[in-house]
Parts: sequence; C-alpha cells; structure tokens
Amino acid sequence: MDALPDHMRPERSFQGFILALQRFWAEQGCVILQPYDMEMGAGTFHPATTLRALGPKPWNAAYVQPSRRPKDGRYGENPNRLQHYYQFQVIMKPSPPNLQELYLKSLAAIGIDSAVHDIRFVEDDWESPTLGAWGLGWECWCDGMEVSQFTYFQQVAGVECAPVAGELTYGLERLAMYVQGVDRVYDLNFNGREGAEKVTYGDVFLQAEQEYSRHNFEYADTAMLFEQFKMAEEACRKYLAAGWREGSNHKEHLMALPAYDQCIKASHVFNLLDARGVISVTERQSYIGRVRDLAKACGEAWIHTETGRAV
Amino acid sequence: MPDLLLELFSEEIPARMQAKAADDLRRMVTDKLVAEGLVYEGAKAFATPRRLALTVHGIPARQPDLKTERRGPKIGAPDAAVQGFLKATGLKSLDEAKIQKDAKGDFYIALIEKPGRAAIDVIAEILPVIIRTFPWPKSMRWGARSAKSGSLTWVRPLHAITATFGLETEEPDIVKFSVDGIEAGQTTYGHRFMAPGAISVRRFEDYEAKLKAAKVILDPQARKDIILEDAKELAFAQGLELVEDQVLLDEVSGLVEWPVVMMGSFEKEFLSIPDEVIRATIRNNQKCFVVKDPKTGKLTNKFVLTANIEAPDGGKTIVAGNERVIRPRLSDAKFFYETDLKTRLEDRLPKFEQIVFHEKLGTQAERIKRIERLAAEIAPLVGADVEKTRRAARLAKADLLTEVVGEFPELQGLMGKYYALAQGEDASVAAASEEHWKPQGPTDRVPTDPLSVAVALADKLDTLAGFWLIDEKPTGSKDPFALRRAALGVIRIVLENRTRIGFRNLVEFHLKNSFGKDYLDVADIIDHLMIFFEERLKVQLRDQKARHDLVDAVLATGSLLQGHPLMPIVDRVDALGRFLDTDDGKNLLAGTKRASNILTIEEKKDKREFDHEPDAALYKLDEEKTLAKAIDQVKAEASAAVAKEDFAAAMSAMAKLRPAVDAFFDKVKVNDGDPKVRENRLKLLNEIRAATRAVADFSRIEG
Repeated sequence: MDALPDHMRPERSFQGFILALQRFWAEQGCVILQPYDMEMGAGTFHPATTLRALGPKPWNAAYVQPSRRPKDGRYGENPNRLQHYYQFQVIMKPSPPNLQELYLKSLAAIGIDSAVHDIRFVEDDWESPTLGAWGLGWECWCDGMEVSQFTYFQQVAGVECAPVAGELTYGLERLAMYVQGVDRVYDLNFNGREGAEKVTYGDVFLQAEQEYSRHNFEYADTAMLFEQFKMAEEACRKYLAAGWREGSNHKEHLMALPAYDQCIKASHVFNLLDARGVISVTERQSYIGRVRDLAKACGEAWIHTETGRAV
Repeated sequence: MPDLLLELFSEEIPARMQAKAADDLRRMVTDKLVAEGLVYEGAKAFATPRRLALTVHGIPARQPDLKTERRGPKIGAPDAAVQGFLKATGLKSLDEAKIQKDAKGDFYIALIEKPGRAAIDVIAEILPVIIRTFPWPKSMRWGARSAKSGSLTWVRPLHAITATFGLETEEPDIVKFSVDGIEAGQTTYGHRFMAPGAISVRRFEDYEAKLKAAKVILDPQARKDIILEDAKELAFAQGLELVEDQVLLDEVSGLVEWPVVMMGSFEKEFLSIPDEVIRATIRNNQKCFVVKDPKTGKLTNKFVLTANIEAPDGGKTIVAGNERVIRPRLSDAKFFYETDLKTRLEDRLPKFEQIVFHEKLGTQAERIKRIERLAAEIAPLVGADVEKTRRAARLAKADLLTEVVGEFPELQGLMGKYYALAQGEDASVAAASEEHWKPQGPTDRVPTDPLSVAVALADKLDTLAGFWLIDEKPTGSKDPFALRRAALGVIRIVLENRTRIGFRNLVEFHLKNSFGKDYLDVADIIDHLMIFFEERLKVQLRDQKARHDLVDAVLATGSLLQGHPLMPIVDRVDALGRFLDTDDGKNLLAGTKRASNILTIEEKKDKREFDHEPDAALYKLDEEKTLAKAIDQVKAEASAAVAKEDFAAAMSAMAKLRPAVDAFFDKVKVNDGDPKVRENRLKLLNEIRAATRAVADFSRIEG
C-alpha cells in the first residue's frame, strides 16, 4: 500500500476507496465482478448473490453494484440521500469462521483503524420480502454510524441456504464521506486530484440526481410502468416454464438466469411505481408478493441448474 | 465440593437477548443437575455481547447411588412372565430375587442398585443437550457445517466452549464433550480489539479476573454501574444532570464489554426542537443519553456516549465521529418538526379517509367521527365543555400523520399537544391529544382534565364496542388489539376520577348512534362486554388487594351487566370490606350464613321456598318480634342509604341487625313442633337474607 500514489489513497479519493476494497477482497480469494447490467435496489439482487447463495458449491465474490432507490431521491438537495448510490457487496459461501475478522481488516484497508474508532456489531435481522429471503447478523457501527450490513443468509428465494453464505454490504458514499471527512456527499473527492484536476462526486452525479428525482417522482410514465411490470412478470414465468427439462436422472433447468433478469426488472418497476405514489397500501403487499413469487420460482429453477445443484 | 465453570463464546449476541439467555442457561443447567441427583450450593450466570457464562459451585463429585425395588410376577407365574421380569431387571435367575408377601400372594422383588456416576461425566452429557436445545428467540446456522442438516444452531456463530470442573484446591478437569465440532476446553478470548488473544482459564475466580485484565467486564450489572456512575459524573462535572434511562442503560450495557463513557455536544440551534424529539433522536438512533440543566429542567446541547474501547487519542476521534452522526440526525428531526408546524392539524384530517383502521370497522376518519360523537355524549357527565370536547376528539389523533410521529411513533400524542398549542388551541384541547392515550399500562397515570377524560373514555369505549361488535375479543394469551388494556384503562379512569358514568347505556348509545345497531340486535353483545368489564374489574380490584368474594357479593345485587354504574359498585365493595372487619360485621355475616344454611336444608326437606312475609300473629317469643322489627327498620334505613350511595351509613344500619339476629339464634328454636310456627320462623330467616341483600349477597362471602 505504501507504493500507492496519494490520489489513489482510500482517504483521498472515492475511486481509490473502491479500488482498496476490491484489492482487499481479491486477496481473500474473491472473484471481483463488475456491476450487473440492470437497475436494482440493492447489491443483493445481483444474481452473483441471490442465485449463487443457493446450492452447495463454494462461491466467493465481491463487486460494486449501483443501487437505485427511486423514493430516496431528493433532487440533489439532501446532503446524504440519493436515488442512485453504490453498494460494495461481498459474498462468501460457506461463511468462513473468521468473516468478522476479515471484515475488520477490510475496514483497516480503507483507513478505519479499530484501535481508534469504536466499531460495534449491533443486532439486525435482515429480511427481504421481495426476495423471499432472511438472515441474521448486524449493522456494523463505526463511531455511532452504520457503515455496513453483515448477514448470514439463512434463506434466499424461498430456498434454505446449505451451506450458509456470509454477506457484507458497504454503503460506499457514506463510508467514504466519513473517511474523507466531508458532510455533503457531493463534496466527495472522486478522483483524488486537487485544484483544476479535482473531480467531485457532485461533478459526476449531481445533475443525474436532479433529473432522476424529477423523473421518479413526477414524470415516470406510470401507464407504461404498469404494463412493464406485467410484461416482466409474464416473461419471467414464460422463461421459467420453457426452461425445464427431464435430465438423465433428475429434473434440470436451462434458463434460470434470463428468467431471473425479468424478476429484477419487475422489482425495479415496482419501486418506480411506488415512488410515483400510485400504489395503495393494500396493493403494495400484493405487488411485493408477486415479485417474491417470481424470485422463489427462479430460486427453484436455479438449484436445478449445473451451477446451482448438488453435484 | 467441586465447582463448574461454563462459557459459551460467540459472535455478538443481540443486547436485548442477553439477560434472558443468562437466566435460561442457569436454569437449564441447574435443573438438569438436580434432576440427576446433583444438588448444588449456588449458581450465577453472566452475559456480555460475546459470551454467556455460568458458575455453579458446590456440586457433589459423584451422584448418590440409587437403589430401587421392582416388583415382579407372582410365585408360580407362567415362564414367559418370569423371563420378561429377568430381562427387564438384569437378574440372572430368580435366585437373585427376593420374595415379598402381601394380601394377594407372594411376589418376586428385584433389588436394583445403580451406582452413582462421577458428576463430571454426567455434566459432559448434560451440556451438549442444553447447547443444542437452547431457547434463543431466533437462531441461525453458519459455516461449512451448515451444508448438512442437523448442524448446530446458535444466536450467532459459536466459536469456543470453556467447561471446567474441580475443587478449589486442585487443578480442575476439562469437562470433555464437543458440539458440532467445537471441543470444550479452557481457552477463551479477551476484548475483541484491546486484548484479542487467547486466555487459559481454570475456574470462575481466575476466569473473571483474567477477563478483567483482558478488558472484559463479565458482570452486566457491573457494566451498568460503571456506565451510570461515569455518565452522572461527567454531567455533574459540568453542572448538568444526566437524564437517566433504564431501558437504554440495559441496552447499552449489552453492546460493550469494556464501557468507556464520554461526552459529546451538538449545535445549540437544535435546542429549538422539543426536548422529547431530541431525546428520541439521540436515544433511538445513536443509543446515547441526553443531559439536562438541573436549574431549568431543559435539555442542554450535550450527550453521553458509551464506547467499547479505550482509544489511544483519549476518544477524541470517537466523540468527533458520534457528533458528526448526530448532527444530520438532529437536522432531519428539526426539518421534520418545522415541516409539521406548517400544516394545521385539522388540515391533515382528510387523509384519514384513506387509512383503514380495521377492515370491518372502517377508516380512521370514521373512527374519529365516532369518538367525537361519543365524547360529546360523555362530556356533560364528567363536567367537560361539549364543544371543546368535540374539537379535542377531532384533533387528538391528527399527529399520527406528522413527520415526527412517523419517525418516532413513541411520541404520538405528545407531538399532537405541541402542534395544537403552536396553532393556538385551548390548553385543555391540546392536552387531550397526549392524555387521551393514557393509561398505557397498569402503572401509567390516568388523565384527570375532564376534557381528556371524555376523549380517553370515548376512544377506548369505541375500540371495545367496535371489536365486540365484529367478534374480535381477546382469547387466552391472544389480545392483538390490546382490548384488556383498553378496558382496564376505562375502569381506572372512572375509579381514579370518581367519574359517574354507566357503561351499559353509553355502549348502547354508541352502538346505536355510530354503528346503527338497534338495542335488541346487540343486547347480547353488550351483555358480554359488560361481563368482560366485570372480569377486568375483579382483576383490577384483586391487584388492589380487594377480596374477590366481596366483589361477587356486591355484583350479585347490582352489576354492570344490569346497567349499574361502576363507581358505586366499587364504593360498596370498599364499605363492605370495612364493615366485615368489625365485630358487628363478622357476627352479622355468621348469623346470615347460619340463617341461609338452615333455610337451604329446610327448603330441600320441604321442597319449597319460604319467601313470603312472615305472619306477625304467629310470633311467640319476644326475640322473634324484636328481629322482625329490626329487619323492617334496617331494610328501610339501608335501602335509603344505598339510594343515596352512602354505603358507610348502609353498613351502620346493617350493624343494628346483629344483636337481634344473635338473640334470635340464642333463644329461638326454628324447627318448632307446630308446623305453622316453624314455617313462620323460616320466613323470618328468609327476611334476614333479604334484608342483607340491600347491600350485598352475603351468601357469596367466604368465611
């Protein structure tokens, strides 16, 4: 790390911060993936977590995932609320016995020294009604601020995890703000340069936050979105139905991944409709249930694929 | 005698589960020891975020030997029975059995001796079972072993087990067992950050001391004491006072193994937010205490945090970090509060039309209208202004739609009061917003302002009447709508304010006016609700040490079911209790009971009742005449007093009956030879019973 130029140091630049995390987890044997090419509410939706958490085969991966939360948009006016932000996601299956220690070392790698900072594991039972998933773990606190989620998956997409995977989710902007010592997300130094060369988070994303807030709350075409939800739901079911085969000695599925893409799609469309305020309280539950049904069916298909099934 | 030390070392246990887990561990291990014949001298359990620990001292080194006798077949029984007996008892032949005679013949008896086992072996069997069946509210699987079914579950991953057993004077032995690959041993670990190394422990005393040296305070009470004392002192040093908070203290002590208390501050401008909002923000989100100025009683811009480490910079970084987190939180709270102030409470009401209270009981808007109507009906009965009561009822729940209450539901009502005052409402109207939720539990105070009383009663009676109407009553331990609490609330409000309202007619009014139900269609429902109230009343009075039988005795002569108001019923129970403590009361009760007993027997014998007026012409003795006169006089006096609800006077009147009753039983033989005289005397006895019913049904009183 000593050889790192200043502008790449995690406490100086947002991109250096991300690179430090990637490098740390690469050294722990994780495959470093790139973001999934679809809109989603959290890194957990990435098939590298949702689907790969299922089945007996070992899997260690880490990646950045842009996360879209249409409802959290604030037109760029709130110092730390964004409708688009980055999560850094680590999944290790089976969960290694020293996962907590690894996590603490990863904090050290991004400049958070646990001898000086008060790091705490505070109870947090994680549950995702849309994914049919739950796990137990903690919110990880640094000096009273929640900086990560730490979860031992017990069930995902309605399927028991065997073995259990450990999942870590870092809220990158919030952590980087802490490390850089800025109070407004848009003031984050993105590239670690100073003066004319400096690019801030605001230079990259402020306009996007304003435009998407407008879109999410005021203009997103709800008639189209309702239609898209239905189409994604139908497509997911169609691909799932078409994917089943009778294998030599067990049932197989040949299209779990494309079907799951449609589930991701439906989930994001629902989030947009929710942000537009066109879904009533009672309907809300039913939409969440519909996405969950898709997720469960995809999980069921996945554990009958080459990668997802027992040997 | 030897001691047991047990520690279960895991990843962080949720704070709220620690105390119960320690208790469960102690109970499960000691119950099992006793069941195995290992009666111990003492046991204590502890919890920190990362460990459950238990010490049991004074356990016998061995189980006592067990001798049991087992009865077998009769002598000369078929061979199959004999063989079965030998097999079951382990005897080689019948020669090893004793023979015992009893009334039914001679039987074989086997004497089975089971030598006691070494306690350490028994414990090695007990502990894995307890660990595998430990009652965590939620437990989980982890790691490679979770690939197979039947793997160990624990609240969070379990890493190490320490289990030693032995005498104080000797090197203890390790209790040898393993659970899902974790071998019990004598190695534990210190503080996660300050002393993470392995520690070898022998027994409880060195275990606790070595943990302390490794920056772990094992005893949760000791951690609480440190936090509380240090927090108070930090505040005191600045001339301030800690706002104590037991629930928060319990939680915080479960988040640290080595509490380090420090003080931080926030910008003074945030003090424009109500104190309760500041406190909720800092407490719920940050688990920090707030601090007040003892002179004004108002919060200051300080807070007290509890860290888990002693940092080399003296905690400067930690304090600065916490301050940075609290600032945006308070900034959000301030924004919420100021946003709320921009909308008048009544302008929020239309939104309630979209919010369902219960699918069968309509929207919140409908519910609020019902409460308003009922509150207006109650208002004159409790001395409240009707128009103000209406307004209070209309606004009382409007704060549920505010940002602050959305964020901090525990501030409902209180925020309503602040917002009502801010928009210039009458002080009583504003107060009702907070007060009408009360009492929230048996120890919470009840509202006293007439306006709040009216709205609180209307709110709770609407809930009760509504849920009774749709047949959603509490059953057993299930009471999802907290209806028992609502009923108890109504009872306490009435009793503590000495409010005179009749539940029955109010509920009848409400069901007709707000639910459109005719009395005849709902009489049965009202009956059941009144009986429910009477049951709650008994529970409430029992908690106040009133006698259950006295309540029954009074209810038998005038109940909620029959439409009597609550207050006089309770006054009467009270007066009756005091009367029965006097000699007059005790003797009158004895006399009345004697009269009742005789009557019951004779009524049975004659298969008839003696409920007509006695014939004065048939009185033969003075005692009969005196008693008859006393009864007439007491009946009149007691009834008049009861009508005026002067129960003390009613009881004094009753007391006058006693000498006449005593004299009657002394001198008069009821079962006279002349059947006419006998019948007349029985009628007179019946009159005693009737007279006492003016105040209570004495036959229901015990003793």
